[in-house]
Order: sequence, then C-alpha cells, then structure tokens
Amino acid sequence: MSELNLAKAAEFAIDYAKKQGIDQSEVSLHLGNGISIAARQQELETVEKHNDAQFVISVYKDHKTGSASSADMSENGIRSTVDAAISIARHTGADPCFGLADADRIATQEKDLDLYHAWDVNEAQMLDIAMRCERAAVESSELITNSEGASVNSYSGLDVYANSHGFLSQSRGSQHSISCSVIGSNGDGMQRDYWYHSGRDAATLDSPEEIGLVAAKRTVARLDARQIPSCQATVMYDSAMAKSLISHLIGAIKGGAIYKKASFMLDKVGQEVLPGFMTIAENPHKMGAISSAWHDGEGIATPDYRAIVDGGRLESYVLGSYTARKLGLESTANAGGVRNLSVSNTGQTTEKLLSDMGTGLLVTELIGSGINMVSGDYSRGAAGFWVENGEIQYPVEEITVAGNLTDMYRNIVAIGDDYDNRGSTECGSIVIENMTIAGS
Amino acid sequence: MNQQHLSIAQATLLEPTGLSDEHLNQLMQKLTNVNGSDFADLYFQYSKNESWSLDEGQVKTGSFNIDQGVGLRSIVGEKTAFAYSEDLNLSAILTAADVVSAIGRQGQDVQSKNIWRPQGIKPLYSELDPIAALDDVSKVAILEQADRAARDRDPRVKEVMASLSGVYEVVLIVTSDGRQIPDVRPLVRLSVSVIVEQNGKRERGSSGGGGRFGFDYFDSSMIEHYSHEAVRQALVSLEAVDSPAGTMEVVLGNGWPGVLLHEAVGHGLEGDFNRKGTSAFSGRIGEKVASELCTIVDDGTIADRRGSLSVDDEGNQTQNTVLIEKGILKGYMQDEHNARLMGMNVTGNGRRESFAHLPMPRMTNTYMQSGEHDPEEIIKSVKKGLYAVNFSGGQVDITSGKFVFSSSEAYLIEDGKITAPVKGATLIGNGPEAMQTISMVGNDMSLDPGVGVCGKEGQSVPVGVGQPTLKIDALTVGGVQL
Repeated sequence: MSELNLAKAAEFAIDYAKKQGIDQSEVSLHLGNGISIAARQQELETVEKHNDAQFVISVYKDHKTGSASSADMSENGIRSTVDAAISIARHTGADPCFGLADADRIATQEKDLDLYHAWDVNEAQMLDIAMRCERAAVESSELITNSEGASVNSYSGLDVYANSHGFLSQSRGSQHSISCSVIGSNGDGMQRDYWYHSGRDAATLDSPEEIGLVAAKRTVARLDARQIPSCQATVMYDSAMAKSLISHLIGAIKGGAIYKKASFMLDKVGQEVLPGFMTIAENPHKMGAISSAWHDGEGIATPDYRAIVDGGRLESYVLGSYTARKLGLESTANAGGVRNLSVSNTGQTTEKLLSDMGTGLLVTELIGSGINMVSGDYSRGAAGFWVENGEIQYPVEEITVAGNLTDMYRNIVAIGDDYDNRGSTECGSIVIENMTIAGS
Repeated sequence: MNQQHLSIAQATLLEPTGLSDEHLNQLMQKLTNVNGSDFADLYFQYSKNESWSLDEGQVKTGSFNIDQGVGLRSIVGEKTAFAYSEDLNLSAILTAADVVSAIGRQGQDVQSKNIWRPQGIKPLYSELDPIAALDDVSKVAILEQADRAARDRDPRVKEVMASLSGVYEVVLIVTSDGRQIPDVRPLVRLSVSVIVEQNGKRERGSSGGGGRFGFDYFDSSMIEHYSHEAVRQALVSLEAVDSPAGTMEVVLGNGWPGVLLHEAVGHGLEGDFNRKGTSAFSGRIGEKVASELCTIVDDGTIADRRGSLSVDDEGNQTQNTVLIEKGILKGYMQDEHNARLMGMNVTGNGRRESFAHLPMPRMTNTYMQSGEHDPEEIIKSVKKGLYAVNFSGGQVDITSGKFVFSSSEAYLIEDGKITAPVKGATLIGNGPEAMQTISMVGNDMSLDPGVGVCGKEGQSVPVGVGQPTLKIDALTVGGVQL
C-alpha cells in the first residue's frame, strides 16, 4: 500500500466512524518492511524478511471510548475494525476527560526532521557486514572462544496519524543496526557481552569492525569476575546504564502513574528532585534522531525544547490529553512518550570520574527489574568493575546494587561528558554516593 | 485425530482464500526446492485478542485486535530463511515463499508430492472461543466485582486497577514431511492491582490468574480471592522494614517462586544455547548440576494450564521432559532445528510468539517435584535468613549462569520463626552453584496461578512455573540493610 492509499484508508476509517454516529475518532496506520541477516561462525545463520501492517482506531462517544486494531486495511477490514471499537465503547464507563486533544493545540507546522534514509545494500552485502563484524571480534583476542554471531538489520516504515479534527500527518522513517555478541573463556568459566549501534542513517553507524571490537573488549574484560563482600559504596553507572536511571524518573512522572497515585514522584512538581547541576530536557525536533516528531501521538505540536527537570527542579509531569485533564493540567505533548532526552553533565571524562570517585563500583550491566515505582525502592542485579585509587582493579559479578530512587537521585555527585549517543537518551556516566552493594 | 480442530483450522485459515492441498504442495515445493533442504514449514495463524481495564472504579478502556497470517520457513543445515505474509491469498504467500527459497542454490526440480496427513493430538484444553462465549456486560461485571471486593476489604485501599484479557487462537502447521497439524487455543487472564495508603505512605499489591479455558473460571469466589490477595500483599508491604543485604539462607515459598527454576535452570537448558555451547550447562548432560533433592521437569501436557500446549508451534506433541533427575542433568528442551543438529529427539518445546516470528526452544510449565519435608520444618531449620513468597520477575545471563529474581513479598526468619516483613529485594545467584546448595525440599509442590510471561530474543510466550517450598543454603539478597 502506498503513502496515498494509507492516507485514504485513514480518511475512510474516520469517515465511516462518523457515519456510525461516533463523536470523535483517531487512527494510526503503519506499514513497514525490513530484513535481518544473522551470521555465526562466519556462515549465514538466518535471513528474516519483515513485512508489517497495522491499523489502530480509537473512538469516542458520549465520553466513552473503545479501540480496535487489525492488519487488514481493506475497506471491509477497516469497517469491521471500526465496528469492533464502537462495540467496545458501548460497554466502557463514561469519563469526561476522554476525547481527542483540544483542537487549538493541534500542530499546524509540518517539519521535515530527516527521519528516512534508505540503506542501499543487498542481502549478500549485509551478510558481509555481519561476517566482518563477527570476524573482528573473534580475531581480536585468543580469549574469544565462541560466538553468538553478528546481525545486521534494516527497517523502513510509513506512518499515518489522523483524527476527526481534520488532522492528518504522514511520515516515513528508517532504522538500521549492527550488533555482535561473543563468548570469552579462559578455562575458568565463560562470559558473554555484546555491542550494537543503531540509527536512522546507516552512514552514521560505527564500522562493523569497531562494533565487533567493542563487543570483544567488553567480553574479555569480564573474565575472572568475582563477587565482592557486601558494603556501602559509591557507584558509577557507565553511560549506557545511566540511561536506565533517567528512564525510571520519566516513568515515575508519567500522568498515568500520577493520577493513580502510583508513583514515588507524586506531588513533586516544583520541588528539587535532582541536584541543582542537573537538567533533563527533551528535544523533539532534533534532526535525524530516533524519537523525533513534529507532533505527539494525538497530533499536538511538540516543542523544539522543553526542560523537564531544570536545575534539579521538576518542572512538570509527562502528560497526554487524558492524563492532563485528570490532573487539571495542560498536555505536555507527550502522548506516546518523551522524545530525545538530553541530560546535562558536570564536565568530567570517564577517567576523571573514576579518579574523583577513588574507591567504588563501576556498573556496566544491570539485570532484573527490582524497582517499586510506588515507593521508589530499588534493587537490581549488577556486573561491572571494582575501582580503587581511581583505577579499575578487577571485574565483579553476582552482586546487587540497592537504594531508594528518591535518595539515589539526590545523591548524584557527578555526570560525565562521556555520552553514549545510541538510542534516544543522551546521558553520560552517573556517579551516586552511598548505595548498598550486596555480595558475599 | 481431532476432526473438529482440523475443520475449525481449515474453515478459519484456508477456506476464506480458497487454499487447497494442491496449493500447499505448490508452496512446500518452493520452500524445499533448495540443495540440501532439511526441513520446511508453514505456520498459519489466526489470533483474536480482547482486553478490558478498570481504574477509579470503572471500566474505562477496552481494545480488540485480530491478526492473521502465515510464517514460512526453510532450513538448510544450520541456515534458516524466514518470511511471513499477513495476506492469506495464494499469490501473496507465493511471493513470501520465493523470498525464503532464495536462501540456497536451487536443487533439482523434484516433483515431490505430499499426500497430506492431517494429524491431531488429544487436546489438553477446550476449543471454545472465550471472547465470544461471554457477553461484554458480563466481562465488565467481572472487573467491577474485583474493584468492589478490594475496596470492601480494607478502607486503606485507595485505588484498584484490574484488567481482563482473552485470546482465541487457531493454528495450522504444515510440515515438509507431509503433516498438517491443527490446534485451537483459548487463553484468559485476570489481574488485580491495588494501591493502599496509611499515614501518607503508599504501597502496591497485585494478584491474578488464568489459563486455557473460558472467562467462567473467574467466578465470584475466584475474583474475590484475587482482590483479597492483592490487598493482603499491599498491607504487608506497608509494614515492611528494609531488606537485609548479603549472602544468607533463603527459603522460597511454593508455587510462583518457581520462577527461580525458570531463570536458574530453565533457560540454560534450552537446546539452541547448548547446541552453540553458550550456556553454563553446555556439555554437562550426566553431570550433577543440582543437589540430589532436585528433580525438575518441563511439562507441556497439564490440562488447561497457561503454559501448556496440545502441540507445540512446530506440530510436535508436547511432553513431560525430565531436565534434572535427583540432581543429575538429563536433557535439554528441543525444537526441530536444534534437535536435528544435535542428533537428539524433539521434546515439543518449539514455540513462537506469532506467525511473524521464528520458532525456538522455549519452556512450557517448568517445575520441581515435591520432596519430603514439611514446609514448617524447613522454616524451623533456619536461624537467620529470608523467607520469600512472591516475586515480580527475573532474568538470566545463560553464559555466566548468573540469574536474578525480584521478591515482592518476603519476611525475615529469626531463630526458626517468620518475623518482620521486609521490602522487595532482588536475589542473585549462579544457577549451577545455587542449585547445588538446595538442602531441603518441601512436600507441597504447587503450580503458579497462571500469569507467567517469558521473554526471549524479543518474543513473549505464556509459561507456567511451580515448586515446593525449598531452602537454598547460600543466596545473595540485594537489600539495603548491611
């Protein structure tokens, strides 16, 4: 189905819903196709072709709502999906907060945010990239003894969002990635680690060899990891892990958690929730970035820049129209989530952070999901390195790091300038004092 | 042979677009016409999903989804090619088949002609469509009752969130060795979660259950049971003190804490990791990997269970596979591909999230068999330790063997007695090592209530876990209290 047809399908659905007596409706349509190639031990392992279609409609009638989805975008398919949504809306309860975004907030200024870059490679070339990536990893060290392989993915999609205010937008986007995972062994147990890079433009990806080398280096560094005794210590989250701390904070200020009083960040707007040197902002219009969009999931215009936490102070929750109305506030154009977060730093390199820390734990991997979003209690499995005199001493595993997020955020003492530019959050390594490490 | 399943599958998946046995032959011809072709299959699937959710005392949202399509796979040695089509018309499926057959050099154009052998296996669950079997007013009423039961239980309940979901799935698996295997799979689930508040302090508790049957399973007493359980857990959390930090004796309750086995043992015994030699359990069949008190099985054959399947997603009958017997590693969980490459038998563990995903070895219901001890005796044997009875999930690094699982309800054990409740903490250990330190196993094996979801390589499938009360002599508890 082409761009034109997808827009037509959207209009057909909204028109049909209206004819059925629906007050308001909104639709999202997606078409995508992609290919994933995986190589292992220098041979092709899998070829997967993706070809996806999805049509989702939400209807509103007398302040009641229902939604339905299907891959079938034929006229008959659309009609029966809309009918299913209407049928649901007959049985849900009324809430005056339901409905489309307010008409005066709907975006009018379309922006080209450079989201689509086709990757002109065939399957044989993708296989070659995967094999180069894996080869670089395996040949970099004799301690790399096995491989889970390398994979190369390319995906392109077309998205249409429309609502009965008359708003319709369409955008084309792409995402490409290279990843590698290898096993290291020195006779005394195995370790595995991985690395990846992804982006909208394949030309901006690190070379397959670089990605393979980082995967191998991370794996080898973990060999001979040991448990350390339980202690109270300073913990440094490397830039890839630090993003998880930002993501817990965003999760806790989402409108849904707030109006249900299910968050440890309840009633914290206007208060200092982070040290004064920290600012977290979203940048929805950043060119070529993974989460960029000129309107949110309800058609509301996104801002160029918005500080969510400014100088440590929580400026606002993260709201869509429904949760904003529940709280008597205005939508922050965050239906569908936050877009491209940037976290300020305190200027140190990774090495300087380590030397300033002196003694403590550098966390490079977290596993498990031991986070209570109502109380903020935090306890996760971790692996990384023990640091003394600012120098990495040895790898550490089978430990947990624990605290309460409210305290952990206040106890942040530094954020590095060592940004990990992958994904949609830019953040350096974060150093937190006074956490509990459980071990032997 | 279950004629009814075959009729349902053909009527749902083949007849609407006029697909005949001839067409299936034509498709299979394309998938297998590759030098050295080992195996190929077509996975036709229709899936209907409905869910309703409640908060602030009313059912506010509901959603309905229909997906259908066919996944096409061809395997040559260690290579797999895969494509899928959401369009069940022959021309669209042929296009997808061309993509798959491009995996290898074309073989001779052998006119292999399958005489399709429809196969069916005695179903472990009813073929009822749970979504159609109950009217929407009654579904809404289930959630409203859950809300009332929780609020009536205790005035400290401030918010109740409940959701009800039903799935009806029809599959037809067509394999290159000439089999056509149908299955019709219902699945329902009810979840209740509450927020309680006391002196400005808030906590959460949750409960729920389900399985492969209709919504009538959720009768008044079952709904009340879930709501009361969610309230009980939340109230316990209000009183919880900081959890201890460090390595200690840990007693795990029966049932859902079996998530321990899923993480510490289960994933590491999946065939793909062991074929590749990437699991901490690789090459260790016949070795002692757990204490002799441990006998652990993966059993996909228990009637009506969430993790059960009459046939797996490759058309093989599920079975009760002994993984560890009295501490000795006996076998892995296998799908077609990995069993063939390892020269082992398939175990009916080939599962996939949908037609748009490749199958791989996955767990069904994984549990430890009962031992001899009275659970109270186990508690009494602990001088100072942790008694954990509810968990919120886990994860494992199958290569290093490190696993975690996060407790949501736990208590201190002091001098053989259960004392103060402690806040949730993550427990971490090394699978093969922790299993060796299991020193007591209770006589109270039970399975979880039917809420488990397992994720692997981006694919989610419903699973079950279970175990008796058991004691691990040394496990690291990730609390904050040193």
